[in-house]
Amino acid sequence: MSRNDEYNKHPSRTRADIAQSLIKDIGLNGREAKEMVDLFFQEISDALVSQRSVKLSGFGRFNLRDKNCRPGRNPKTGESVVIKERRVVTFNASERFKKRINIYQK
Amino acid sequence: MTRSELIARMVTKQRYIPQRDVSLSINKIIEFIVESVSSGHRFEIRGFGTFSLHYQLPKKGRNPRTGETVDLVERYTIHFKPGKELREQVNRNKPSVSNVSTNY
Repeated sequence: MSRNDEYNKHPSRTRADIAQSLIKDIGLNGREAKEMVDLFFQEISDALVSQRSVKLSGFGRFNLRDKNCRPGRNPKTGESVVIKERRVVTFNASERFKKRINIYQK
Repeated sequence: MTRSELIARMVTKQRYIPQRDVSLSINKIIEFIVESVSSGHRFEIRGFGTFSLHYQLPKKGRNPRTGETVDLVERYTIHFKPGKELREQVNRNKPSVSNVSTNY
């Protein structure tokens, strides 16, 4: 199967798809559903920005890691650059989430 | 931050949706993402990040305690790539940092 067929079978999903499921399954109206989805991600972002990790059972944990500066290369030109020290967000899926992936593999 | 703190914050940030529905919404949002990613969909939340599956080739591994070789089967792992806005915002409080964009 080509990459394109694979994509058509499993198109990317977005905020709008979650909002639809809130409308259908919880009975929120469109505006409320959009607000819930936007607030959910906004609050997780805000917590991370204020240096707090976020742990949601059944889903996973969003952590922060401080990375030291290190030498790197511009892959296009090959020239050496220094990648500055920075803070990155990592995600560790919960065991329950990981188990669901195994079902997909059969 | 835990689920209960998240519920509390989402309740206070708006006026119309009661706590019960906020709580149900959080469960539903998580379940929807887990279900989508598990069934092979990529999940893209603009500004926040993308969840997807990464394929891992079968390989030989070692039990680090006994040193014996074990076969690791091919599998998928869950990958989260933070979005541009989130990457920039978590570095906002670190003034020494300029945002060298890295794709990994």
